[in-house]
Amino acid sequence: MSRIVRSGCLGHDGYVEHPTRWRRDPARFRHREGDGGPLRRDPADRLGGGVASGVAAWKGFNVTTVRIAFVLLTVVTTGGAVAAYVLAWLVIPAAGGGPSIGVKARSDSQGLGLAAGLASLLILVLLVAAALSDSWLINWAWPQVLSVAGLVLIWRNAPADEQATMRHLLQPLEAATGVTAGVATPHRRAVLRLTIAGLLLLGGVTWLFSVHGSIALLRPLGGVALVIVAIVLALGPWWLRIARELVLERQARVRAEERADIAARVHDSVLQTLALIQRRADDPAKVIQLARLQERELRSWLFEGRAPNELDADLTLAAGVRQIQQDVETRYGVPVEAVTVGDTKLDDNLSALLAAAREATINAAKWSGADVISLFAEVEPAEVLLVVRDRGQGFDPEAVPADRQGLAESVHGRMTRRGGTATVSTAVGEGTKVTLKMPIGASSPASPGGPGGHGGTGPPIKRGGRGGSSPRGKRAKT
Amino acid sequence: MSAPRVVLVDDHGLFRSGVRAELGREVDVVGEADDVQPAIALIAALLPDVVLLDVHLPGGGGQAVIQAVKAGHPQVRFLALSASDAPEDVIAVIRAGARGYVTKTISTAELADAVRRVAAGDAVFSHRLAGFVLDAFAATPSADDLKPSFDSELDQLTNREREVLRLIAQGYTYKEIARELFISVKTVESHVSSVLRKLQLSTRHQLTRWAAERRL
Repeated sequence: MSRIVRSGCLGHDGYVEHPTRWRRDPARFRHREGDGGPLRRDPADRLGGGVASGVAAWKGFNVTTVRIAFVLLTVVTTGGAVAAYVLAWLVIPAAGGGPSIGVKARSDSQGLGLAAGLASLLILVLLVAAALSDSWLINWAWPQVLSVAGLVLIWRNAPADEQATMRHLLQPLEAATGVTAGVATPHRRAVLRLTIAGLLLLGGVTWLFSVHGSIALLRPLGGVALVIVAIVLALGPWWLRIARELVLERQARVRAEERADIAARVHDSVLQTLALIQRRADDPAKVIQLARLQERELRSWLFEGRAPNELDADLTLAAGVRQIQQDVETRYGVPVEAVTVGDTKLDDNLSALLAAAREATINAAKWSGADVISLFAEVEPAEVLLVVRDRGQGFDPEAVPADRQGLAESVHGRMTRRGGTATVSTAVGEGTKVTLKMPIGASSPASPGGPGGHGGTGPPIKRGGRGGSSPRGKRAKT
Repeated sequence: MSAPRVVLVDDHGLFRSGVRAELGREVDVVGEADDVQPAIALIAALLPDVVLLDVHLPGGGGQAVIQAVKAGHPQVRFLALSASDAPEDVIAVIRAGARGYVTKTISTAELADAVRRVAAGDAVFSHRLAGFVLDAFAATPSADDLKPSFDSELDQLTNREREVLRLIAQGYTYKEIARELFISVKTVESHVSSVLRKLQLSTRHQLTRWAAERRL
């Protein structure tokens, strides 16, 4: 999960991060006081949809109190509160502005159909279950029809970072049912599924026998079975279509992510160069040089499958940082002071990290007006830290136009798609610090088949003459 | 405090006159030398507060000057200057006894500040040097470092020292570090001095090897 934290930073006077942050966002400050601003979900402090923290901020309660109250309510209403929570998630807009997820979901006819289909399936199962026994469990399950339908709509229409939360919450479930490919081998998954099915069957039969006492009473079951078959025959094709649409949906998501990657790359290379050419229109030699450079990059990307500026198969992180330093210095004429501590082989995630760092450095070179930019990379045991910092003019994050892709997509989007984080601290007149963190050792969660994929993260490698590249832990004495 | 008395040692006359012109107001440049032997004689004669010393000199490395002078006049402090930034050069002069290291790309104001700091007995690290030190003092030692050492305290950095070095490596000034970590500038200085001491005295393999390679 990641988010851009806006805060005053590195000022020469009175640098105190948190108070500044509240002050910079008066709406949120008011919320903490609880004097009745509009009710907004607070995605910054969320476990699920941020409803509890939103309510807490709205009324000035403690978040934990609200959460405990919610759990108690769930017990009292036999699960009704869960459905209510999901509905609140749908209906209440997030604190950052923008319409609620429900508004977006209204125009998502496919999603509505999917929700209706799943809900009807669940209702059917519950009807059958209710006909067979009058268990308290079923009372608990009814409200969840609403929750499931709501969650489907949220899943399809929530912004990317909230989807990431849901994915995270669903991970144990996926692992159990084997939805996630590659977690277990197909064979092991089949065994797991058959075992679960067998256990269910055994449990069901035992249950029936114990409840009804005699086989004779099982006769109505025949009728129930017939009804089920009839319903499956009637609605089966529809459900199949929904299942197929789910698959298509996933493919579309993958395609959308690829498109976002391509857009980010084109922005970094072609659009940047075009902007430079416009600025240097009076210097034909420079323009030609830039055009040549861009042409070479584009060719190597299109025809050799190598992304511009990045991903040499045996490139290491330190070499990548040096490359950024050289490129930015030659293209923009701003000195870059680069320091790397430790080193490791590049994988897709770290290449994305470098691409984001490159973008942040170029941003600093183009807009900050600072005489020098510092670039710091450190390989730690669990993550790679990369800091891009300048003492330039800074900017007001609220005032960046939406079509300026630099920070939002090229830096933030790139990092989140790979499970990293990007934090920007800046304020007008106080310089900018972009802190990027990318976990290492984990495979990328959301982008199968990215270009140039070559497996997981290699172990930290040693540089000749400088053995101290291995990650450091907490052994230091204090 | 009166302006510190400084001797410049660098084989490039142009660089010396540039530094003299720029630093002229801030410090008192009392002499210049262009090689090891003249420098040793000059320093012994003038006994300046600080010697600004180029790491690369035609008649031997900068550490030759430091070793010769330290033997007779331990009170003279050295600030190493280099364009190279190669770790082995830097580590070698630091271990020979320099109180700090800066690159030649440093701004005049920062250089003047560094000279004053060294004159006052503090240590000065460039951002690159901070990176090297973090690298060399990696908490997980390489196999070579596992052999028992006489003083393990010297072979480890504290977490606070690491934090300070990390910020120096990101180009923070001492003042900015103090603000970032909510400590006083004095405390930052003492952390850096303690790192310098470890850098000079530690028996960690990387450090000794860097130093050894350079002397060969």
